[in-house]
Amino acid sequence: MRSRGSGCTGMNKSRTRKERVDRGVKARSEDVFALSSWREILYLLAPRLLPVLVLFLLALVLPVYWKKVLVSSAIFGILAMSWDFLVCAGLVSLGQALFFGVGAYLAGTFHHLWGWPWWLTLPLASLLGGGICTLLLAPVLRLRGIYFSMVTLVLPLMLVRIIEATKALGGTEGLSGIQGFPGLGVELVLSVGMFLAALFGYRRILGTDYGLVMQGIRDNDRSVISSGINAHWFRAQALFLAGCMGALAGAFMTHAYMFVGMPVFALDYSILPITAAVVGGMGSIAGPALGAFILVPLSEALRALGALRIVFYGVFLVIFIVGLPEGLFHYLKRKYHQFERWTAVES
Amino acid sequence: MQSPILQVRELTKDFGGLRAVDRVSFELGEGESVGIIGPNGSGKTTLVNLITGFVKPDSGEVRFRGKVITGMPPYCIARMGVARTFQMARPFYNLAAYKNLVVPLFSPRVRSLLGGGYGDRDTVALDLLEEVGFERDSSVPYKPASVLPHGYLKRLELARCLAIRPDLILLDELFSGLSLAEVASTVPIIEKLQMEGRSLILIEHRLRELFRIVDRVIVLNFGQKIAEGNPREVMDSDEVKRAYLGTEADG
Repeated sequence: MRSRGSGCTGMNKSRTRKERVDRGVKARSEDVFALSSWREILYLLAPRLLPVLVLFLLALVLPVYWKKVLVSSAIFGILAMSWDFLVCAGLVSLGQALFFGVGAYLAGTFHHLWGWPWWLTLPLASLLGGGICTLLLAPVLRLRGIYFSMVTLVLPLMLVRIIEATKALGGTEGLSGIQGFPGLGVELVLSVGMFLAALFGYRRILGTDYGLVMQGIRDNDRSVISSGINAHWFRAQALFLAGCMGALAGAFMTHAYMFVGMPVFALDYSILPITAAVVGGMGSIAGPALGAFILVPLSEALRALGALRIVFYGVFLVIFIVGLPEGLFHYLKRKYHQFERWTAVES
Repeated sequence: MQSPILQVRELTKDFGGLRAVDRVSFELGEGESVGIIGPNGSGKTTLVNLITGFVKPDSGEVRFRGKVITGMPPYCIARMGVARTFQMARPFYNLAAYKNLVVPLFSPRVRSLLGGGYGDRDTVALDLLEEVGFERDSSVPYKPASVLPHGYLKRLELARCLAIRPDLILLDELFSGLSLAEVASTVPIIEKLQMEGRSLILIEHRLRELFRIVDRVIVLNFGQKIAEGNPREVMDSDEVKRAYLGTEADG
C-alpha cells in the first residue's frame, strides 16, 4: 500500500521502511532551476509537452465518434479548470452551470438576434459572460465557505426558471439554428487549443506573485487584508477569470450543438467539474483537466449499459475517492519527482 | 510625549449583550511602545480589531496621525501603515515560508513606498525572514509553512506584519506558546523596531518580558481601562492586582 513518509515502523516489526528521494532538478532546489543538460531540460519539458502531443495525436487518429468525445472532454476540462481556479482563490462553487449557461445563452443570443459568426460570439460571450457572472456573484463575494457555495448553487436554478416563466431567450423551446463550426477539424483544433490555453494560462497565473496572493486569500484572507490588499477585489478578479473560461466553454457548446436551451443551466454542469477535480486532484488546475479526460470518455463508454450506467459511474467515483483521495494528478506528480526505495530502519 | 500617532477616544463595542470594549481612550506617541494587558476576555484583542478596522465600533473614534480611521475598511488602514499580527498564527499553509512574504510584498503600500526598484520579491522575502531569525542558508525558508514548528510560525507572522513596513505595529500575544529561548531571541527584533522609531502596541500575557520592552502599560478589565502608566506603578495598584490575580491577592 501507499505509505506516507516514514510509514508505520512503530507498529509492525519490519526493519525496513519506504524512503522518498527527490529526483533530478527538484532534488537541488524548489524553484530555482539550473539547467545544465538536455536530460534536465527534458525532465522539465516532458510533462508539459506530453498533454500537447497526446491531445493533437488523438485528434488525428480517433474515429469520428470519439473525436466528438474528445471535443466535449476538452470543453468540460475547461469548465473543470475554471472551477479549480476559483478553489485556488478560496471560492468553492457549486454552480459552475451558471458560467456555462450564461456563456451558452450569450453566444446563442448574439447569433440569433444579430447573426454574428462564431469567431465573434466566442470571445464576446466569454468576456461578457465573465463580467455578468462576476456582477451576479459580487454581492455574495463577502460570504465565505458554504454560504458562497449555496448562492452559486441556487443562481443557475433561478435563471432557468426565469427563462421558463418569462419565455425570454426562446423560453422552453430554446434557440435553434445557431451557426455550427465549419467542420470537425476546426472544432477539434479550437477546443483542444482553448483547453491547452486554459491549462497553461491558469497554471501560469497561479505561479506569479499575483497568483500567490490569490492562494493567500484561500489560506487566510485576514492576513492578506491586514497587508493592505483588497481581498474582495482579488476575489472578484478570480471570479472574472474563472467566469470567462466557463462562459467560453458554454459558448463553444452552443455552436457545437447549433442549439441552446434550458439544459445548459442543468445541475450536471455544476457537478461534473467537482467530480473531475475529485478524480484528478484539486488545486492544481491540471488535476481537474485530467479528471475531465477520464470521466467524459468513461461516461460515453458506459453508455451501452443503459440505465445501469450511472451506477457504474458512481462506483468508479467511490473507488477513486477511497483509493486515491489526493487525486490522480498529485499522485502522478509525486511519482514523477520522487522515487521510493526501501531502507533499513535502526531499531 | 511626542505628537501622537494614534488617538483612541471613547471606543465602545457590544457583542450582543456583552460590552467587549467600554469607552476606552488612550494615546500613543510617535515611536512609543505601549503594552496592553488584562485577564482573558477583557477586550484586548477586540481593541486591536477595532483599531485595525476588522471590527466596526459602536461608538467612539480612532485617529491615526490625526486622520479618523474608524469605519475605513481594514485594508485601507493597513495601507496607511498600521500592521498587526494575529493571536493564532495562521500562515498561508500551502506556500513555502518565503512565498508567504511575497503575498504582503505584493501590497500597493510596498510598491508605493519602494517604487519599482526593489528588485525581486523573493529576495526581499528571504531578507525579511533572516531578520526574524530564519537561517538563510538552511532549507527552512523554502519549506511549506504547513510543516514549520510553532516558533517559526510566530516569527513568520511577525515578518508578514513587517513586510509592509508599517509605522504602527500591533502585536497580539506574539510571545504566547514560545519557549523562553524563543522569546529571548524575539525580544531583540522588537527592540530593533523601537530603535527604528516604529510605534508599537503589544498585547501580552508574558508580563516579565513585556515590562522590559514597553514604556507604558494599559490594563483592561471587562472592557474598561482600569489603569495606565509606568509598568511598576500600575502593577502595584490594588485594582490591577484584584483584576489580574483575583480578590484573594490582596494579602
